[in-house]
Amino acid sequence: MKKVFKMEDLDCANCAAKMEAAILKIDGVAAANVSFMSQKLTIEADDSRFDDIMKEVVRVCKKVEPDCTILLK
Amino acid sequence: MTRKQKKSLFRIIAGLVLLAAALFAPLEGYWSLLLFVPAYLIAGGDVVWNAVRGILRGQLFDENFLMTIATTGAFFVGEYEEAVAVMLFFQVGELFQNIAVSRSRRSIADLMDIRPDSANLLRDGELVEVSPEEVETGDLILVKAGERIPLDGIVESGSSMADTSALTGESVPRSLTPGSEALSGCVNLNGVLEIRVTKPASESTVSRILDLVENASSRKAKVENFITRFARVYTPCVVIAAAVLAVLPPLILRQPFSDWIYRALSFLVISCPCALVISVPLSFFGGIGGASKKGILFKGSSALETLGNAGIVVFDKTGTLTKGVFEVQKICPQGISEPALLETCALAESYSDHPISHSLKAAYGSEPDRSRVTDYTEEAGYGISATVDGKTVCCGSRKLMAKLGLTPPEVAEPGTVIHAAADGVYLGYILIADQVKEDAAEAIAKLKALGVRKTVMLTGDTAAAGKPVAAKLGLDEAYTDLLPDGKVAKVEDLLKQKTGKERLIFVGDGINDAPVLALADAGAAMGALGSDAAIEAADVVLMDDKPGKLPTAVSIARRTMAIVRQNIVFALAVKGLILLLGAMGIANMWAAVFADVGVAVIAILNAMRTYRLK
Repeated sequence: MKKVFKMEDLDCANCAAKMEAAILKIDGVAAANVSFMSQKLTIEADDSRFDDIMKEVVRVCKKVEPDCTILLK
Repeated sequence: MTRKQKKSLFRIIAGLVLLAAALFAPLEGYWSLLLFVPAYLIAGGDVVWNAVRGILRGQLFDENFLMTIATTGAFFVGEYEEAVAVMLFFQVGELFQNIAVSRSRRSIADLMDIRPDSANLLRDGELVEVSPEEVETGDLILVKAGERIPLDGIVESGSSMADTSALTGESVPRSLTPGSEALSGCVNLNGVLEIRVTKPASESTVSRILDLVENASSRKAKVENFITRFARVYTPCVVIAAAVLAVLPPLILRQPFSDWIYRALSFLVISCPCALVISVPLSFFGGIGGASKKGILFKGSSALETLGNAGIVVFDKTGTLTKGVFEVQKICPQGISEPALLETCALAESYSDHPISHSLKAAYGSEPDRSRVTDYTEEAGYGISATVDGKTVCCGSRKLMAKLGLTPPEVAEPGTVIHAAADGVYLGYILIADQVKEDAAEAIAKLKALGVRKTVMLTGDTAAAGKPVAAKLGLDEAYTDLLPDGKVAKVEDLLKQKTGKERLIFVGDGINDAPVLALADAGAAMGALGSDAAIEAADVVLMDDKPGKLPTAVSIARRTMAIVRQNIVFALAVKGLILLLGAMGIANMWAAVFADVGVAVIAILNAMRTYRLK
């Protein structure tokens, strides 16, 4: 399943690159793109574990930049 | 400015005032710290706080951490004012950077603000304003003058002109009448239109275009990937170099530590790769955004990179260089006037459904009066015989004329020739041919001027029909009589002729040429407005059917790549130079901060030029 999430207060391009690298390391993530320009996260991951994976995504992103939030709808 | 930016500006000013106070206050030695420390904390408290949080989370080497180490280090070697001033300078740079990025992001977002938020739904004779997502296919919507069409559909009633410039960059409006296709994103200029919706909001033209541009960042160019990889090794390397610089020279040269520690600290300031990491994607984003305003969609920065290196451009003929519509090109009467010959032929062919007769009728202008035509017969390969105004008129090929015992003149021009005779007397001929697009020749000339080495035309048409077109347009090579698999083979051949960094671009209309579009280094689909297949298959989508868009796309790609290269070279050169000077003790921490944030701001400003490219 492929989903797009909006991100808030993503303030640094290097952080976006770090987040992308960290998300890609999560088990079950097929593809991920953190776009600093459009402030969006595009992620393709395992259907059955999608919610768990998203929790992990939020955790690793917080680790890179605590001010940045991913808007989970 | 956002709230965050205002807060940061306020802190910078407060920090500055305190710093000035500290410089002029009559305090000596450690007592001056009473003013320097508060100034430092006001200017860079958040940086220090973020650095502490970063360490707790195991994130070493981020910008905050490096700045904190560098400035607190400066405090310890006794450079109080420098510590505060450098922190202030860093904050000013960060603020500039923030403003520049958010501004450019906004102006690009404005470019793409073509998706209407609401639709006027006609439900049971009543008008309700709903969001486009709520409208289902088959619903009827009303679009008033001046409004943007929210969803794709077919015009049911009303007629108007529509401004398609948001989709195609083309300023000439299109006319919309009942039965014509209305595309979302266009602006309804004058009349009121009722439109029967044919696609849900998620699949409408405007949504697809926006998705394409927004997702463009995921297909990254080689330079972009290079920068990401570079950034990952750059910071640790510089930090290690700083550590070495702080320890080794003083030990070997037996010099005081403080001097070398100061030099090492300025290394830390330079070690953030932000200028590169921000400016490269920003340049691509700007280039892609600016191009989309002109009706050119790049599916990712990789497509921009490829198009910038275009060396061989291969065109499909029909529908790409030519209109793909057969039109009367020339009327050569004998013994009668041009309009009379055209009228005779249009009347004789009025009952026929052949494409040729349609072109004749189109050239004639009005619907022929069929009551003047009797005894109509059509013979395949020959043509038509009919009685028009009492005369026996024959219209068709040479063979038909030969049957009548006439020998019409040989016609050398490409196309289909319709000879006509009335009561056994030859009346002349009409030449019908596919028309070359107005700007095709100019487009090819411009590509040459841009340094494209070779332009090639491929066509399934015969040599007689294809070669003259290629010659007229100034193409270097033309290959005719090609079946679809022949086109694939030809493009494979041409791919082998590339030299160095050259790339091969194939331009087609997206119909029947998906394999070639995929085979080429970059495929450009033309006239893609409303054609989903073409949008899928291509790397570059030209929204209207003008070949003139291609040189524009190539030059946007070139300029964007040039700006990207400028930024990379500039940032690396300044950083390298300051690192070198810093190691020798010539450049101070001020220069180091400039090499970090100053360079980032300049690179961002340079990157912002991309979306204003002509």
